[in-house]
This record gives sequence, C-alpha cells and structure tokens, in this order.
Amino acid sequence: MKGFVIRRLVGLLLTLLAASLVVFAVLQILPGDPATLMLDTSARPDTLAALRKQLGLDQPAWWRYLIWIGGLLRGDFGVSYTYSVPVSELIAQRVQVTVPLAVMSICLSTSIAIPVGVLAAARRGRPADAAVMGLAQFGVALPNFWLGILLILVFAVAYPVLPAGGFAGWEKGFWPAFRCLILPAFALALPQAAILSRVTRSAVLETLGQDYVRTAHAKGLSGIAALWRHAVPNALIPVVTIIGLQFSFLLAGTVIIENVFTLPGLGRLVFQAIAQRDLIVVQDLVVLLAGSVILVNFLVDLAYLGLDPRISREGAR
Amino acid sequence: MNRILATLIATTLFAGTAQAAKDSIILGMPLEPPMLDPTAGAAAAIKEVTYANIFQGLTRINDKGEVASQLAKSWTISGDGLTYTFALQSGVKFHDGTPFDCAIVKFTYERAVAADSTNSQKGFFEPISSTACPDPLTAVITLKRPTGGFLFNMGSGDAVMMAPNSVANNKTNPVGTGPFVFKRWVKGDRVEMERNPAYWGPAPKIASATFRFIADPSAATAAVMAGDLDAYPLFPAPESLDRIRTDKRFSVVLGSTQGKTIMSINNERAPFNDVRVRRALAHAIDRDALLSALNGTGKPIGSHFVPGNPGYIDLTGAYPYDPAKALKLLAEAGVKPGTEMTIKLPPPAYARRGGEVIAAMLEQVGIKAKLVPVEWAQWLDQVFKQSDFDLTIIAHVEPNDLDIYARDKYYFNYKDASYRAIYQKWVETSDPAARIDLVGQLQRKLSEDEPNVFLFSLGKTGVWNAKLNGLWVNQPIFNNDLSGVFWSE
Repeated sequence: MKGFVIRRLVGLLLTLLAASLVVFAVLQILPGDPATLMLDTSARPDTLAALRKQLGLDQPAWWRYLIWIGGLLRGDFGVSYTYSVPVSELIAQRVQVTVPLAVMSICLSTSIAIPVGVLAAARRGRPADAAVMGLAQFGVALPNFWLGILLILVFAVAYPVLPAGGFAGWEKGFWPAFRCLILPAFALALPQAAILSRVTRSAVLETLGQDYVRTAHAKGLSGIAALWRHAVPNALIPVVTIIGLQFSFLLAGTVIIENVFTLPGLGRLVFQAIAQRDLIVVQDLVVLLAGSVILVNFLVDLAYLGLDPRISREGAR
Repeated sequence: MNRILATLIATTLFAGTAQAAKDSIILGMPLEPPMLDPTAGAAAAIKEVTYANIFQGLTRINDKGEVASQLAKSWTISGDGLTYTFALQSGVKFHDGTPFDCAIVKFTYERAVAADSTNSQKGFFEPISSTACPDPLTAVITLKRPTGGFLFNMGSGDAVMMAPNSVANNKTNPVGTGPFVFKRWVKGDRVEMERNPAYWGPAPKIASATFRFIADPSAATAAVMAGDLDAYPLFPAPESLDRIRTDKRFSVVLGSTQGKTIMSINNERAPFNDVRVRRALAHAIDRDALLSALNGTGKPIGSHFVPGNPGYIDLTGAYPYDPAKALKLLAEAGVKPGTEMTIKLPPPAYARRGGEVIAAMLEQVGIKAKLVPVEWAQWLDQVFKQSDFDLTIIAHVEPNDLDIYARDKYYFNYKDASYRAIYQKWVETSDPAARIDLVGQLQRKLSEDEPNVFLFSLGKTGVWNAKLNGLWVNQPIFNNDLSGVFWSE
C-alpha cells in the first residue's frame, strides 16, 4: 500500500515535469509575442525593446524555463505579463469560481445519474428504462455550450429568476454568489449525467446477472435490498472510473461554460491568457490543471482500494 | 425548498425596486483591459474604462472629436508654433490627495519620452524639447519643431497626468484627477468606480459605475435583455439588433468611430507593387454590398480618413465598383486569370465574414483568393511585424493616423517621397485652414496611389436603457466618458 502510494507520487512529479517542458516548448514555437500584443499596432521598435526587457523576454528560452521552474519549486508562480500581478493572486481569485462550479457539477451529475442509472437497470426493458435511456441518449448528444445558452434564454431572459452571467463574488454573501453558479453547473452537469447514467445502468445490469446476486435472492433478500446491497456496490468501480475521467472533461468544459456565462474562473483565464500570449499564466495553468487531473486519477486509484479489497491485496503481494 | 423559493422571489423583487431610484450604471464592454494604466499599453479597453473617468490630461477630446480644455484651462501658442504656455486649473487634487501642478506635467511628459518608457504612443511626446514651470500653475512646453497635432495628442489617453508617488501602482490601482475614483477590479469580471467627492469640476450625476466584460455576442445579448447591463456602448452582436429595437426598454444608437476598415496590400510584393493591380482590386470590390453583408453601420470610404473629421473629403467615387475595368487593369498589368492571392484574416467579423464576401467578388475578376484565418497574436507577428502577407483585412482605429503611410517601415510597405513631403508639411503646420488643405492633399494622394483598398468606416452601435442619457453617440477616441451621464425620470 505504502509502496503503491510512493510509486504513484513519483510518477505524478515526473508527469508534471514532462507537462511543463511540453507546454513551455509549444508556447515558444507558437507565433506571437506578448510585448507586441501589449503595444499593438502603434508600437515603435524602441518601446517594444524596452517592454521586452521589462518582461524579461530578452533572455534566452532555456534560461526563462529554468527561472520559471525554479520559481514553481519555491511556490512562486511568477508575474502575469498582461495583468502585472502575481499569477498566484490571479489563480487564488479564479479558483473561488471554478472549484465550487466543478464540485457542484460533479455532485449534481452523480446525484442525478446514479439513481437514474440504477432505476433503469432495475426496470430493464420496461417503459421507465426506455424513457430514461432515451433522455440520456439525447443528453449525450447535447453540447454543453448550447445547453448553457438555452438555460440563459429560459431562466434569465424569458423568466428572469437567475442572472444571465457574471459572478457576484463570495464577499457579497453565499446566495448572491451561489445563484450565479446554478445555471452553469446544470449546463456542465446534465450532459455528463447522461453519460454517467448509461454507464451506471450497464454496470448494474452486469452485476445483476452475477451468481452472488442470485444467491442473495435465494437467501431471501427482496429485489430492492439485493440491488442496493450487492449489485450496486459491485458496480461502482466502472462508475468511479468514469467520474474520474469526467473530471478532466469537466475542466475542459469550464473553459467553454465560463465563457458562455462570463464567469471569472480558471477556464476563462486560460482562454484569455492564450489569446493575450500571457505565456507565464498559460504555463502555470497548464501545469496546475495537469496536476489536478493526475491527482484525481490518483484519488480514483485509491478509491478502488476502498471499493475492492482484492486490489490492495494484490498490490501488497 | 420553500426557503430557496422565497429567497429567489425576494431577490428578484428587490432587484425590481432597486431600479426605481437609480444613480449607478453598469456598462458592458467586449474586452477586459489587461491593466488600468493608459500610458503603459495600447489596448483600447484601458482607455474605455479610465479615460476622462479616472485619468485626465491637459487637454481632452470631446464627443465631436475636437480639442477642449481639461486640466489646462487655457493656453497660448507662440508665433513660431514652438512654445505652448498652459494655464493650469487650480485646486486640482489626485484621488490620494496629491496636488496637481506643473511639476506633475513635467514628470508625466518626461516619463513618457524616457528611454525605458513603454508608452505605446511615445511618438506623441518625441517633439517635446523641454517642460518648464515658471510658477506652479503655468506649464511652458517647448517643442523641437512645430507640431500641428500637439494639442490633440496631449488630449489622448496616452498623455494623461500621473503623479510620481502613485505611478508605479497605476496598472492595478489607478490614481488620477478625474470625477471617478477607482474602487476595485474583479479580474475577469468587472471594474468598479465611485464618484470622487473631492472632484475639482462639476460633480458627476451618477454615484457609481461598473464596467463588465462580456465578449461572447450571445452572452452580451442575454445580459442586455435580462437587464443585467444598463448600457453596451460597443454592442458586439449586430444580428440581435432587430430583436432589441422592438423592445421599448432600450435605445439602439448608431454612431461612428475613427476605425478605417481597409484591405491592406503588401506594396513590396509583385504584382501588388504595380499601381494598376491595386486600382483593379479597388474597382473589384462593391463596398455597399460588403457593408450590407456585414450588417455594417459604417460608410464607404475612399481614403484613410473617416467622414465627420475636419478636412474629410469624399473620394469614394475614385474607384467605383466596376469588374470590367478591374479585369482590364489586371490584364494590362499582366496578371493572368486564375492568379492566386492569399488574404490573412484576423478574428473580427469584418475580417472573417468580410473576407468571404471579398473573395467572392475577386473571383468575378479572375482572382483566386485563398483565405487564411489567423488569430490576433499571429496577425501581429506575421503580418504586422514580418510583413509576410499578400492581402489582409484590418481596421485601423487610431484617429488621424496618416503618419503610418509616411513611416520608413510599416507593414504594408508604402514608400512615396511626395506623400512624405506633404505629410511633413502637415505635421509642422499649425494654422487650421492650411492644415485642412494639407489633410485634403494627403487623402487625395493616398486615393491616387491606392496603397491599400479603402473599404468603409467602422460604425458604432450602442445599446442602452432608454432612460439613460449622456453617453456618447460617436467614438472619436476610445472612451466611455461617464461625467455627463444621468438617468431621466
């Protein structure tokens, strides 16, 4: 168990290092120079040179990489070119939007998908199953940005109960901030819930056909008890795997959804930073997002240990 | 659940009552400023938030595009056009209490022209030879050579006054002399400002203002329709205008900007170094059809100058839409039918959609236009910096930027000695009548040489609450001056 954790942590660090190298190299090749963008079409050569010097862009690339990585190791994310504030400050502000949004969508999609998927499996072949899976099929095909625009049109324009976009800020109180995240969370969660409910349904169907479920029935458990006590827990491994995978899709989804709802989150920051060639912000964010995806995968692996004791026994051998 | 519903209803109701006695305004803008120091970056959004609201200059540009007084209440110009004596407003203080006087003027201008200056319009300050302060409320500025546009340039956002003790933090915490005080900036979302209680001029009628950044056209439409915004002065969704016009809550106001949309030509590359080819391209494009395809609210132009500016002459008749003539000119220049030309298209709709329309028009005269969409950073790198292009579609938005045709190195590579001679004379002339004549000559010369195909002026579509007054109809310079804004009723 301990060896397993250490091996995974070393792997995590190496992956992060590789990610940092790749993103740095790609950004060097990408045409476009932050200083030119900041000064725009009126720039003169001497102003441009002064700005490049101020930003440290006159240094060679390998040196800039070392400075950046050295800073990261000390916990210093550097200073944004365009905003001229420490990147850590930017990230700290944006995390307050993206993390609650991601947590809300994951909670929402799981709390919709698992009961729905289990229900469909239990009622396999009946009208309820057909209706639920038909809806899910529709949900899988829904692009989240389209759903976002639709939700805005219904709940902000036609029936103005929720804001069309923007973020009030947590300092204005819980509810004013929370209500800004409701529509985006639904826009992110519903397509994911559709996928997850299909996965849940087929996983539960598979376990329902297993011998131990038949045994449970045979020893006199009711259908519902056998379902929830034996079939569902054993179906959780594929479900948790998909939730872990969905996390990275969720991060990609926030880039789009935060733009649709003009939420000042990490996704919108990375989008703007790429357009503005705010290289240092892009580098930091890519490493941060890669790190969180790796971390979630790691947590999923740990969850397997809890869900299926056989895995840790084999790991210990 | 009931509690949530109750809160929901309460919040909506509360939002309703708050609207009755309004003394605040929420404005939408397409892009967020990267920082809030207008003297340290070129982004238009910086000036659209800070100009005339937070920061002020010696002079200012008013809503008609004319020079007006601001921190200088009056000025005199010496006969040789070299010495400007400004009488400064008294009792002006920066938001942090620092008094404004001639020392501030001297500091501001010397900082702008210093070797490490990153002012994107450093050229505005280059003619200044010295700033002297005979007394705290008089600034005497001596120029190296007569500079006709000097007062206009000093009224731009690049020349606003900044104090030495706050200048270092102006990028994130701007401190100026204006009617509004910066309150806070929620990055990625909004900038908030409040009425300056110690303002030296007439107090603004609104107590607070919020600028929100919503780039996506459908999100902008939704925010306006939902009443989340009071105004969107540069509305980005022309396709939603019909819907908004039918709604009595809003005013849709069409105005003009200084934007000159042109199809830039690489004048150094064959066959574009032949004036007949450039003229043929000008004849091949139907500007009215192009404008209507783009839902454009601008007007066709015939030179690098927009209608409404002092000295504008209408040259749109020089190259009427005439495919037959274009074909003839191309044949004379030896450009064979089927010749391929690439058009690099930056992201704005006038370029991306406009490019498709223009490609279809060029096909009529036997030119195969290859469209290459580029993002803004790529455009600046490949087209602007390296001049690696045949044709591109772009709006030049700075006012009076006739200097770009006189530069040694500018991306479209127009080099003409006689243009430069007229330009030099224009720069050095301060007599208004003579300047008008010269600016006419410059426009004619450009139309004759057609270094670029001049397409249309960029219109401005403002959408705002019908009860809101005092926002500018036109945009002669980048700004959202809120000092005169008020709610009627």
